[in-house]
Amino acid sequence: MAAVTCLVVGVGVAATLAFTAFRKNMMYFYTPTDLVAHNAPRSAVMDLGGLVKLGSVVREQGLNISFIVTDCSHQLPVVYNGVLPDLFRQGQGIVATGHLNADGTFVASRILAKHDSTYMPPSVARQVKEADPQGRRDCGNFKSVDDTVPRSAGAGVNRTASLISTNLRSGAASRPVDDNIKTAAASEAMK
Amino acid sequence: MIPELGHFALMLALGAALLQFAAPLVGWRRHDARWMATATSAAHVQFLATVVSFACLAWAFVYCDFSVAYVAQNDNTQMPLMYRIAAVWGAHEGSLLLWVLVLSGWTFAVSIFNRRLPADLSALVLSVLGFVSIGFLLFILLTSDPFTRQFPVPAQGAGLNPILQDPGLAGHPPILYMGYVGFSVAFAFAIAALISGKLDAAWARWARPWTTAAWMFLTLGITLGSWWSYRELGWGGWWFWDPVENASFMPWLAGTALIHSLAVTEKRGLLKSWTVLLSILAFSLSLLGTFLVRSGVLVSVHAFAEDPSRGLFVLAFLGVCVGLALLLFAWRAPLFKSEGELRLMSREGFLLFNNVFLVTSCGAVLLGTLYPLVVNSLGIGKISVGPPYFNAVFLPLFAPLFLLVGFAAVMSWKRGRLDEALRRLRVPAIIAVAAAAVLPFALEGRATVAATAGMLFASWTIFAAVQEVWRRVRSKRRWRNGLASVPRGVWGMTLAHVGLGVWLLGVSFTTSYSIERDVRLAPNAVAELGGYAFSLKDVHKRQGPNYTAQRGDVLVEHDGRRLTTLHPEKRVYPAAGGQMQTKADIDVLPLRDLYVSLGAPYDNGDWGLRLYVKPMVRMIWLGGVLMFCGGLLAASDRRYRLARAADRAALDAVSTQTA
Repeated sequence: MAAVTCLVVGVGVAATLAFTAFRKNMMYFYTPTDLVAHNAPRSAVMDLGGLVKLGSVVREQGLNISFIVTDCSHQLPVVYNGVLPDLFRQGQGIVATGHLNADGTFVASRILAKHDSTYMPPSVARQVKEADPQGRRDCGNFKSVDDTVPRSAGAGVNRTASLISTNLRSGAASRPVDDNIKTAAASEAMK
Repeated sequence: MIPELGHFALMLALGAALLQFAAPLVGWRRHDARWMATATSAAHVQFLATVVSFACLAWAFVYCDFSVAYVAQNDNTQMPLMYRIAAVWGAHEGSLLLWVLVLSGWTFAVSIFNRRLPADLSALVLSVLGFVSIGFLLFILLTSDPFTRQFPVPAQGAGLNPILQDPGLAGHPPILYMGYVGFSVAFAFAIAALISGKLDAAWARWARPWTTAAWMFLTLGITLGSWWSYRELGWGGWWFWDPVENASFMPWLAGTALIHSLAVTEKRGLLKSWTVLLSILAFSLSLLGTFLVRSGVLVSVHAFAEDPSRGLFVLAFLGVCVGLALLLFAWRAPLFKSEGELRLMSREGFLLFNNVFLVTSCGAVLLGTLYPLVVNSLGIGKISVGPPYFNAVFLPLFAPLFLLVGFAAVMSWKRGRLDEALRRLRVPAIIAVAAAAVLPFALEGRATVAATAGMLFASWTIFAAVQEVWRRVRSKRRWRNGLASVPRGVWGMTLAHVGLGVWLLGVSFTTSYSIERDVRLAPNAVAELGGYAFSLKDVHKRQGPNYTAQRGDVLVEHDGRRLTTLHPEKRVYPAAGGQMQTKADIDVLPLRDLYVSLGAPYDNGDWGLRLYVKPMVRMIWLGGVLMFCGGLLAASDRRYRLARAADRAALDAVSTQTA
């Protein structure tokens, strides 16, 4: 009986701890549109997702770097101090973790870029679609999500692209490889 | 021709798996030994066919047969041979084939080693394994055939994702799968017990070595994965609480609970239903891991699948397996009767607590992994929980576990005495307190709460484990006889617990004392970190087998003495669309790592660099390897091999004394 009581109490305490920790550490994901519209709490730690605006990356003193993240309808300045991941480049989707400071700049403490030149966080993709169904306005500068031929190179490429554009799904896997290499060369040239 | 042979062999394997599933069930129903014996032959045919199929795919990779679509997507003539072979399981289709190969390998092993198993139990186990195999073979043949041809044949293939081109990752998937899939054997034993309604000490003794074997491979697989992410991701981290890592950690937690509850079931005939439930849980979590990693719901290097029907198939199969197993459990588990009473102050009582803590932490990981996925996929917002959540949950749950593990050897079965146990643990406790007070200062010059607590629990775990062996050695006149008197199972347990302590030591010291710095360095400029001076001497071009690299020469000095020159690289893989890959360089000593990775170049010739000094980080993986060795010793204990029906009674008497 004592054992059962101990167990019940123990599991109860553990569950409470887990749920408290869960609520406290839940991090929300926002797009620039959310943040510009003040839909997010200031100074809370959050994830910001979007595309790095072409031509917006400025490298400053030391390791300071600033750039603009956009979802094609709104944009937000981001500052970061540190070494960027290998796959960070202009016109590509990223996720930045950090907080919004008083003047509306996003201060990033960590930046993630995915191993996929066409990667875009799904909710950003949705936002981009809503803002710009034809891919003309701000997003004209970017490789439009729908027009990009996903590479089939190796593991871990392509998923998001095929999630976003259903019409490509059937073609993505069976596309001849030399075609991929061409596209790859094209994206190399863009850098 | 060869790829077609591989495809045909897969279909043959499916036929054999169907036979292996159905025939023994019929035989068991009719009490017909010949029907039941068919299962063994079917298992052998299935294994042979899968090996042939896998060999065909490997052949296509080694000889770069780009007419096979999967080969063209993952192979490249310029890749070194090791990675051309590793590329076989580098993406979705091949990794599933590996899954099936490992499963049929385990089945084959069961059919070989279990000749002495009662015929009906053996038949049921093989039948369940056949069922699992059918599911995965159908999955491959229907949705992910690796042998599909394509025309026109491309001249060159895309190659393996550069991030996977690392020795740590070449071995990680096969070893991890040995663990994942190994739990299917424990699952099969559990289902066989449910169907037959018989679960006794002999059953537990049959199931134990298989479960331990699966657990040790899973441990090693996770360790390799952690080592790889440390080397390759360029962030100097060894664990990220990433969903794909959690996918392997959840079955590990459930499996760890399982090997402990199996001990209780074997020795005391208690916790029978719980053991069966844990077997089902461990295997379900392995399947869930496969689903998470292979379905594309997670965006990561591991998520290969592009086709939602694939994810759906795994999910459906998971539902069928778990659903049927739980139904069977609800129906049959009341048949299992406990053979005695469970007292709190006994080894089984303490092991019950171990199980509660492990399963609760497993639940916490499940919550943190699945909840964000569910919320995201329902489209009601996007959230994530990061490392702070997991750390906050694990600290209070694991601290009591470490306290408990010290009692593992000294608490006796059935009716333990706390005062006796505490008396024997006096010395380890004193050593632990002394080590916690002194060592953080002595090694690192300052103490932190995490390091002191970590040192306390780590040395407590290590010395409490060692004292049992020490006591056995001391009890004999000659130490050599004493050493020989320690059964292999006890050696295994001791080693695994020592490994756990070593792991904790590594974790607490690395998190407390690691220092890192991102710097921008002009050529020949010096950056200081933790008493080490790093200077960037030169960056030059280097041509690798299938990449070009910018290779830095970073001179490291300590107290004015030249220590070493590190060569971090920034590699570009043309075959992978010019994907860039940072290759960190690490100076390794047992007590500390120096880790340098290259950032990006600046227009004026400066380079961004990421520097780390990481004390004791090696201990984390050493701990994992020790746990693996412990599992190896425990699984190969003689008493499992000797457990013949005739000797059973005599053996029971011996084994109650030993472990």
